[in-house]
Amino acid sequence: MATMNKAQSAKGRTVSEARREAARENVRESATTSWLTALRFSVLMALALGLIYPLIAVGLSQMWFPHQASGSLIADDQGRVVGSTLVGQQFGNDRYFQGRPSAVDYAADGVGGSNLAPSNPELRERAEADAARISARDGVAPGQIPADLLSASGSGIDPHISPAAAEIQIERVARVRSMDPQAVRALVERYRDSGGLVGEPVVNVLKLNLALDGIATHPVL
Amino acid sequence: MSAMTWIYALLIGLALPLGLYMGRALDTDRHTWLDRLFGPVENVLLTLAGVDRRVSLSWWRYALAVLKLHVLLIVLVWFTFMVQGVLPLNPDGIAGMNWNTALHTAVSFATNTNQQHYSGQAELSYFSQTVAIVTLQFLTPATGLAVLLAITRTLLRKRRDTNAAESDSTETTGVGNYYVDLMRIVMRVFLPLALIVALLLSWQGVPATYDGAQRVAQLDGGSEQVIPRGPVAPMVAIKQLGTNGGGWYGPNSSVPLENPTAIANIIETIAILLIPVASLIAVGVISGRRRLMVGIGAVMIAFSLISTTLVVVSERMPNAALSGLAIADSPNLEGKELRFGSELSALWGSWTTQTSNGSVNAMHDSFNPLGGLGLMMDMFVNVTFGGVGVGLIGYLLYLMLAAFIGSLMIGRAPELFGKPLETREMRWISLAILAQPLIILGLSAITLAFPTLTGNSNPGFHGLSQVLYEYTSAFANNGSGFEGLGDATPWWNLTCVLALAIGRFLPMLVPLAVAGWLADKRTAPEGRGTLSLETGAFVGLTAGVIVIVNLLGFLPALVLGPIAEQLTLAW
Repeated sequence: MATMNKAQSAKGRTVSEARREAARENVRESATTSWLTALRFSVLMALALGLIYPLIAVGLSQMWFPHQASGSLIADDQGRVVGSTLVGQQFGNDRYFQGRPSAVDYAADGVGGSNLAPSNPELRERAEADAARISARDGVAPGQIPADLLSASGSGIDPHISPAAAEIQIERVARVRSMDPQAVRALVERYRDSGGLVGEPVVNVLKLNLALDGIATHPVL
Repeated sequence: MSAMTWIYALLIGLALPLGLYMGRALDTDRHTWLDRLFGPVENVLLTLAGVDRRVSLSWWRYALAVLKLHVLLIVLVWFTFMVQGVLPLNPDGIAGMNWNTALHTAVSFATNTNQQHYSGQAELSYFSQTVAIVTLQFLTPATGLAVLLAITRTLLRKRRDTNAAESDSTETTGVGNYYVDLMRIVMRVFLPLALIVALLLSWQGVPATYDGAQRVAQLDGGSEQVIPRGPVAPMVAIKQLGTNGGGWYGPNSSVPLENPTAIANIIETIAILLIPVASLIAVGVISGRRRLMVGIGAVMIAFSLISTTLVVVSERMPNAALSGLAIADSPNLEGKELRFGSELSALWGSWTTQTSNGSVNAMHDSFNPLGGLGLMMDMFVNVTFGGVGVGLIGYLLYLMLAAFIGSLMIGRAPELFGKPLETREMRWISLAILAQPLIILGLSAITLAFPTLTGNSNPGFHGLSQVLYEYTSAFANNGSGFEGLGDATPWWNLTCVLALAIGRFLPMLVPLAVAGWLADKRTAPEGRGTLSLETGAFVGLTAGVIVIVNLLGFLPALVLGPIAEQLTLAW
């Protein structure tokens, strides 16, 4: 648009006026590309995009989805926060269903995967050790172990296991707790998430183990 | 394969209306009701910044404005990271970053790459994550789109009033105003979309709070768990939409707090490709060259489907390390999250490397070798929709080369849209294309030659792939990595800075320069012998040029990396 004006004015006026107009145009262009403009623009955008936008998003989220926006925390009857439904915990005791291997031992502040390539001998060693442990614990022959129990997750805090991985642990958990396996299976079914149309069927380990311990939980708002 | 099919369909279904909207909202020569809606805010901010909205800059002043703003942003952000310990919004008391990791991080985010040699939840304060990083996550994709708009106006747009404009075309016309473009893109496209996506994600469980980490006693005893939180949702929204990719947590969207559910995963996956696909439609609307854009879109879709299928099929294969231990025929789940499974992880991996997004929902280091190969090829090509704005700009670079070759093949003087392609143009186009293998392979060779520099965590062929992947990702402005690599060293930080900057600005600004140079040239009338860019033959030629250039450049390196690794696993 600016160039159209310039072209029109060049025709209508004298040469010197056109030259002066071109000089003014040049000044305007220099001002627009100056360091000062860049600085003022940066500061304004940092305020608008870096400060105000997150504030609005956080404000609306806290208003509409307070539980999720605060980290999906759950608390027991005494109001003590027992975890987040999104963050898996480390389970070693045979009384509990065990989660997937974690490269970071479920440290939520140091999340990470193993980053081991399929060709890396370290991965084979880890998988062999895990398989031996699971075989001894749950009486499942190597070659029959669900792959998720031998594969570390990407985050290191995957809260889920597959329904198959839960199934092979039911007998053992029931035995250690002197419970009826059918009662344990019913609990597994209760905490099984089909994944709907778009996801995979999974079981939330923390929720399941809390239920086994008879701890009622409430979402923290 | 069914999930893959309908996610592609959903993507196209959403990108179409968005593209048509962007075509209207971003065209500076058209006045619509959107100007009355957004104009007041935009104009106040531009006036405060000292921008004269009437100015239309020459191509080199436009490029200069881009470079100046970026140099300034890098310096400001670099400084912010180093002194974050004493700045506000730091509830977890995180200290300042060392100078070279801070420099790498600043350049990485200012080049729309978001390659991370640190772990966000542990090493950046809320101030750094939002004021420094989120700002760049808006401005850098907007810059790509702004330069694309400038090229569209200068090179692609069909003249509306042909004769009148032609006769006056000796007058140098500007390519547009960088700051006006930037402001429009941010206000009319990114900000509204990001707000919607942020709220959808926080509904699904992505944290949005300024409270610090939550400490939890674990049910089975052991150490206390520290759950980092923060204003995560607003950042994740823009990192997905703007082909940024740099997340709040180290392992990005594999972390359940950053990508909690299958629904969140679909939203984040679609957001990766949404604007790159919509940009194609928007440029078609603004330029009036719909058939050209359909041809380009067809090539991109074909590349996308081929590479995605390769990665999906590869990840459905078992992980070789588990053979005889896990149930046979299980997909590769190492480094993957169970709520997504192998297919949605592979789909994400493909899309994020095609677009230069670089976010991940699974660890690429642990992909099967052929899956990893697919991801690297995506980044070599880097124009399968590509980064916001720059994907199509990169494609135009190949299109210029194809027009040059095609013209010679039919015995015409090389030309593009009726303007002669001469030595100066072709010299720069070649340089921009050849810089990629030169930088990636050159730096990889040096790094591998000195094992003390390498820092790879996997032995053998995969160790080579880790190095190759890192530089490829840096040059492609992707940002994903084979993350086992020990890359927070001065060597990695500084060499990646070089690859990041050249990979960003050379392929982005050369097509702008060519557009500017061509605009000054006399237009030859279109005749029967003129090379048509809209025929199937030319579309195929461009695709062929892309494939051949990349194969010639990188096949030997791929044979030494993922292909050799695959062969050792198979036999």
